[in-house]
Amino acid sequence: MVEASSVEIRKVNKYYGQFHALKDIDLSIPPGKVTCLIGPSGSGKSSLLRCINFLEEYDSGEVLIDGQLIGYETPGGRRMAPRRLRQMRSTIGMVFQQFNLWPHMTAQENVAEGLIRVRGMRKRDAMERAAEALTRVGLSDRMGNHPSRLSGGQQQRVAIARAVAMDPRLMLFDEPTSALDPELVGEVLNVMKALAAGGMTMVVVTHEMGFAAHVADQIAFLEAGELVDVDVPSRILREPEDRRIQSFLRTYHERNLI
Amino acid sequence: MDLSIFSEYGPRLLSGFRLTIICWLLGTVFGAALGLLIAVAQRYGGRAVRWALQTYIELIRGTPFLVQLFLLYYGGPMIGLRLDPLPAGLLGLTIYGSPYFAEIFRSAFRAVPLGLIEAGRAIGMTEMAIVRRILLPVGLVSALPALINFSIILTKETVILSIITVPEVMYQTQYMATMTFTYLEGYFALALFFWVFVEVISRLGRRLERRITRHLIERT
Repeated sequence: MVEASSVEIRKVNKYYGQFHALKDIDLSIPPGKVTCLIGPSGSGKSSLLRCINFLEEYDSGEVLIDGQLIGYETPGGRRMAPRRLRQMRSTIGMVFQQFNLWPHMTAQENVAEGLIRVRGMRKRDAMERAAEALTRVGLSDRMGNHPSRLSGGQQQRVAIARAVAMDPRLMLFDEPTSALDPELVGEVLNVMKALAAGGMTMVVVTHEMGFAAHVADQIAFLEAGELVDVDVPSRILREPEDRRIQSFLRTYHERNLI
Repeated sequence: MDLSIFSEYGPRLLSGFRLTIICWLLGTVFGAALGLLIAVAQRYGGRAVRWALQTYIELIRGTPFLVQLFLLYYGGPMIGLRLDPLPAGLLGLTIYGSPYFAEIFRSAFRAVPLGLIEAGRAIGMTEMAIVRRILLPVGLVSALPALINFSIILTKETVILSIITVPEVMYQTQYMATMTFTYLEGYFALALFFWVFVEVISRLGRRLERRITRHLIERT
């Protein structure tokens, strides 16, 4: 694996019209570590995640990948050239809540597509590499299937293979298990755990507190566009100081006692 | 009913059939290609481009095909555009169909989930590659029924080319009917031809549709 990236988020602000979605966010994401973003719906955690590969444009502040500003030429300056943005994105893998596999391609073609179009690999080599990536996520027997013939968990594993095959230095996960039936969540989390163990920098927006507790190196809690706290899981989850985190966890526990 | 005329005028009618099919095919292919170009340009073009194309769409959609054809064929020479009937007819069909095709493609593109496009962007694909590899193939699947539908409408618009003397099947039938006073036989045969023609297209279309959506409906 290529070396892992670090991400530095400084004073990032994001507006949707009048709505202030991200407020002066400062967050350091160390290389090779897993950072989980948690918080109630609408807190801005997905927006923040999407700012990291500039799928969402932040309005002010800086997002630095290995010290390199993404999205803009200079802080607050002109938009970065599309070519440079694409080049930076190609080293950042992203996994979506809705999988977003291309429905007209088989699992293997989904994984090979980026290798061919972005890395410029020949089709044969790309398909071979795709097969390896799919084998690593336990789908060697599903390579010829279209997404419509795969379960949600299998689709999400294909999506992870699609990102990982590009040799990313950083992986972004946007609620990767939220669209899955409960019994399929485990297989996806296991693949993610294996990635984390391999030393990948990961930023994960999640509602899976178990995953956050056991796999995360740090947890950032957001509410109403503010970064309330960042710390190791044991502190955030066991002895949160802020009342907003306490009340979030209380709701979470109540719901899971039933 | 006098059927002997068909042996005499058969070759004429046959060549008319052939030309009608050719006009329809080329009109559909060129019209769809132009429509596709318009839809892509509308999606990626700036404000001026979008406005110009929208105006074009409104203008063409808002005027009768026959009027457009007369403008092209009879009005064209006055601004130095001198076309034979067949090229004028094909150009006319292409222009006439393009805004409808453009609208079909535009709405099909809008139906492509944004997530599929974001997945392409996130991986570093160029917008061009995203159009070619994701937007078009996924959009085409949802556009197909509407595309076939409009191409069926176009089959029947081809008869208008007879008015500018393109010797397609309407023209030939008219010729035969006037020469022999066989209006009933002639136009009945013509109606039958179009009905069969459309039936063939719609069956082929359905088969094509089943084929390209196979991977989408195996599991629901």
